[in-house]
Amino acid sequence: MVTFILNNEQVSTAKPTGSSLLDFIRYDMGLTGTKTGCREGDCGACTVLAGTLTGNTVIYRSAVSCLMPLGNAHGKHIVTIEGINTGHLSHIQQAMADQGAIQCGFCTPGVVMSLVAESTSYRKTTRDSAIASTGGNICRCTGYKSIERAAEAISAFLGDKEITDPVRWLIERKQLPEYFLAIPERLAIIQATEPPPEQAEHTKHGKHPEEHGMRLRIAGGTDLMVQKADALAESGIVTLSERKDLKGIKTEAGRCVIGASVTISEAGESETLNHYFPEISSCIRLIASEHVRNMATVAGNIVNASPIGDISIILLALNADVTIEGDLKTRILPLRDLFLGYKKLDLSPEEFIRSVSFEYNPASALFSFEKVSRRTHLDIASVNSAIQLRMAGDTIAECHLSAGGVGPVPLYMRQTSAFLTGRPVSAESLMLANEIMQEEASPISDARGSEGYKRLLLRQLLIAHFMKLFPDKIKPDIGQL
Amino acid sequence: MNNQEAINHATGRSQYLDDIPVLKNTLYGVIFGSPSARGKIAGLDLSAALAITGVQRIFTQSDIPGKNDIGGIISDETLFAGDEVHYRGQPVALVVADSEHAARKAVKLIKIGINEQEPVTDPRLAKEKGHLLIPSRTFRMGDISAAWNECDYIVEGRADCGAQEHLYLETQGAYSYPVDNGSIRIHSSTQSPTLVQRIAARVLSLPMNRVEVDVARLGGAFGGKEDQATFVAVMAALSSLLLQRPVKITLSRGDDMRMTGKRHPYSADFRIGLTKDYRIKAYSAVLYQNGGAAADLSPAIMERTLFHSTNAYFIPNSEVTVHSCRTNLPPNTAFRGFGAPQGMFVIEAAIAKAAEELNVPARMIQKANFLKDNDLFQYGQVALDVNIGKCYMELDREFKIEQIENEIAEFNRSNSIYRKGMALMPVCFGISFTNTTMNHARALVHIYQDGSIGISTGAVEMGQGVNAKLAKVAAGAFSVDQGRIKIESTNTTRVANTSPTAASTGADLNGNALLIACNKLIERLKGAAAISLGCSTEEITLHEEKVFRNGAPTDMTWEKLIREAFLMRIALTENGHYATPEIFFDKSKEKGHPFAYHVYGTAVVTVVLDCLRGIYRIEKVLIVHDFGNNLNPDIDRGQMEGGVLQGIGWMTMEEVLFDNEGKMLSDSLSTYKVPDIYFAPEILEFRALKTEGPGLALLKSKAIGEPPFMYGIGAYFALHNAIRSFNPSWKPDYQAPLTPERVLMSLYDKK
Repeated sequence: MVTFILNNEQVSTAKPTGSSLLDFIRYDMGLTGTKTGCREGDCGACTVLAGTLTGNTVIYRSAVSCLMPLGNAHGKHIVTIEGINTGHLSHIQQAMADQGAIQCGFCTPGVVMSLVAESTSYRKTTRDSAIASTGGNICRCTGYKSIERAAEAISAFLGDKEITDPVRWLIERKQLPEYFLAIPERLAIIQATEPPPEQAEHTKHGKHPEEHGMRLRIAGGTDLMVQKADALAESGIVTLSERKDLKGIKTEAGRCVIGASVTISEAGESETLNHYFPEISSCIRLIASEHVRNMATVAGNIVNASPIGDISIILLALNADVTIEGDLKTRILPLRDLFLGYKKLDLSPEEFIRSVSFEYNPASALFSFEKVSRRTHLDIASVNSAIQLRMAGDTIAECHLSAGGVGPVPLYMRQTSAFLTGRPVSAESLMLANEIMQEEASPISDARGSEGYKRLLLRQLLIAHFMKLFPDKIKPDIGQL
Repeated sequence: MNNQEAINHATGRSQYLDDIPVLKNTLYGVIFGSPSARGKIAGLDLSAALAITGVQRIFTQSDIPGKNDIGGIISDETLFAGDEVHYRGQPVALVVADSEHAARKAVKLIKIGINEQEPVTDPRLAKEKGHLLIPSRTFRMGDISAAWNECDYIVEGRADCGAQEHLYLETQGAYSYPVDNGSIRIHSSTQSPTLVQRIAARVLSLPMNRVEVDVARLGGAFGGKEDQATFVAVMAALSSLLLQRPVKITLSRGDDMRMTGKRHPYSADFRIGLTKDYRIKAYSAVLYQNGGAAADLSPAIMERTLFHSTNAYFIPNSEVTVHSCRTNLPPNTAFRGFGAPQGMFVIEAAIAKAAEELNVPARMIQKANFLKDNDLFQYGQVALDVNIGKCYMELDREFKIEQIENEIAEFNRSNSIYRKGMALMPVCFGISFTNTTMNHARALVHIYQDGSIGISTGAVEMGQGVNAKLAKVAAGAFSVDQGRIKIESTNTTRVANTSPTAASTGADLNGNALLIACNKLIERLKGAAAISLGCSTEEITLHEEKVFRNGAPTDMTWEKLIREAFLMRIALTENGHYATPEIFFDKSKEKGHPFAYHVYGTAVVTVVLDCLRGIYRIEKVLIVHDFGNNLNPDIDRGQMEGGVLQGIGWMTMEEVLFDNEGKMLSDSLSTYKVPDIYFAPEILEFRALKTEGPGLALLKSKAIGEPPFMYGIGAYFALHNAIRSFNPSWKPDYQAPLTPERVLMSLYDKK
């Protein structure tokens, strides 16, 4: 059984754990305020809050319920638009109405829930963070200026938010129903008494569910729930997202180790990671939307094996290793050796990624991530690329260059990296490197661009890396070469 | 948005189609679409699909009791494919099962054999092969062949603009169930309840009075639910009638994108002739409209392309032809602007190209040719109350166009990766259905005994705020609090024979009908008040919920008045009928007076282009718009801001991609990108031109739904100018959308 609190009600269901939370909310529970827009996390109409008990408090994050496997709701507080309604409009709802941010109304509950998630966050809310919280909400009617105005009005109100206990602060101001206060206690009881679904089955059948075969291991679900929605709707899954041993970011023997189930948001917010690899936060801005970052995991982006996975591209340039756990043994593999071919990994069915690790020294290394997509935010790259350099004077002492969208796998550019090592930073080096890089790349024409475009873009991104890192040496006019 | 509606939306309480609580025994339908774009059906094997647990029945063309014909304007479209398929995704069968999941599973097991033929997706090729949906049409004025000789410059070229997916957030859907007397009730997500009713009656062989269509609201439509909600509704109706059970169909996003038509792509050849003083003497163009596999609304859209092919300019000699080409794509359909944006894009491309060859800013040509009062439109209507010049002057006064140009030139000199570009986009848009017979509407008003008021019209609320406008009209007429008024769902049993809510006419037509009904009721109520107060009717007025006599309040409140009128057995229900006066059009001459009035406006659009990466942002959109007597500034602001960004999307990132086999490559939100909050213009400002407003607009407040869309065209030419600043050797091809890919390729094009 999957047990969780839906708004103010504890619910238990025997529905397949791979079915979507959205369907459960709408069609089993009749809560139709949460809308179905695209079922691939690209519109935000189905946004809910997912609250996770952390210590004595509940941390709420926005989530696209279409991509959340029901099993991942276990032990959480799931909040829909109905669950935040009080007798009057909240400031968020009022601002949306006042600013003309509501037209057909179909995206409205999702936008409201994104802003509610922002209001409950343990950080200061600014105009920018309020707007960013709605970055994954598509509105086809308003043109967004009114949503911007609403976000601005709300951020003014939230300016005084007590960030040590935002939920209580909101309740005191009648912005959330009072039942939120008792949620931590109620979740603690569920966690103590209701085992996660796959564990329950373990006890019942006397063996681990993975041994039954066919069961997919799912972490965030943001990819598999799109690719295999119909099959998952009738099957159980093995949930990885809440496994404590796959969580956490730490430094160990000079390396940074990221647990496989760490979400992109958690990675972006991690003090350890930001300290170790300060460029992380600027990279994350260009990856997915806040809703999806809250669910998608680091290892999920790798095993998805997409040739344009942003995390893979970043980690390749960080020269990362993956730690793979199998039935019998654990092995460590350079990430670049994991990708064998299109959607093909050096990973057997019994194995899964336990963690990724890399070494980085902000004092001596330079890093750049570039991504160009049709739409800058919440889009899949046409081409993305990352580079890590260590310099010895004016000479490149070490280079790791990666690029996505230009081959069947996320490419680690071996030859180009080797070529650049030992070269000075100059326009000439880049021109020559580009020739090698074009040999290493083999882009194809598809919905994300023609081959010619991707090749041109690949060259431009190489230039962009160096212009950003060496503004004095690489001048803008190199692009016209 | 009236207050209650906004509150319901903000709290998630508003009911859309898929939110209607289902009746017991409801079944769910999923459509099986053709996997090929063109060919003859050689066999259809349903056995494996029928074996899926929960599948009740699979419907195909042979199950249709009436005609297998859903064509609105022309009978050239089937509900289910007959012997042939004409586009990929064309409905072939409907699986009805206990759950949507079971139906979807079964659909995947349907086997179809098709003897494939080579599909045609290019409209020029279709024209060459003689595949036209309807005969081509030409609008002419003056003497074009003589005029070329009077031109100092003649410029020729080609322009192409792409399709656009509506991406209404709520997909197409319908819920139908049998009711008494062999009738059915259909809840449909349609802009055209009467069309659904008429077509369902035809397909089911029922009289129209046995088909009830009800529409509460739509989660976005933009024209995409004018004709293309019909097939879904009729399939739900057919299966519910034959199974005598409720059936719901909600299209998945992928099915919706693959099965329904888009904004028409156009390809055009133009020729423009100017004199030395930048006056356009002659303009000719041939436009190839990519209509898709069936006519749908293409004939009407083609007509509006012709009406707006010279935009806001007076061109004394012109000749514009549109070929409506039949191709193997889903039938393209209505989308905000309805063919006008495509016509305007072509003339703006012609002007841009002329400007380039003359080496002057396009603005110099644009402003030299603005329409003036008493000029003749190409279609014979005399231009009156022309405000395009005033909008331009006001824009210049408010925002100082030359200063913007100078700032951009300065920026482009001092910065080498980033370039800015600017364009001016004037708009002139005619208001009325171009098919004169459609310009009518009715309203039904009930005043209940307690003084509350229920209003039904033919208008469908889809976010454009028509319900709020109607409520305001009625509250103003009766001088009562808006809280007394409820706008009912749009229902064919209450208001019959309606035109679609489209062409920006929803408020004008239905609001004027409502005013007529209200005024008739007011006359009767005044009579009742006069009897009750013992005075003459002329002495009575209704003011702020009270009866006034000779301008002074009496103690008779609205509620008391209604109670007394009811006791006097006065009818508290009234119907209003409105048909737009003055308009006509003679198709045999292609001349007439098709529009009640025109909407004018002018925009400046500026963009910032990252020439290293080929990506861009919209910096400013500055507009002066002629709203008339702007009665609902909040609603009109929303239409302005939303329309502009939708137009910018069409011109920039939105790209509908098909391969040569007619397979759609952009059939999801991960491959078809629409603007997000970060792509909204950084600054969007508009001013209202102060005008009195035309008598034929509802309370002199001009229609607003479509005109702002076309300001978005300015984004194309602003980008175009930014690219030229970086790469002067670029030879523009006037191909929209200017996606980041086209931009980057143009920046480094060395032709």
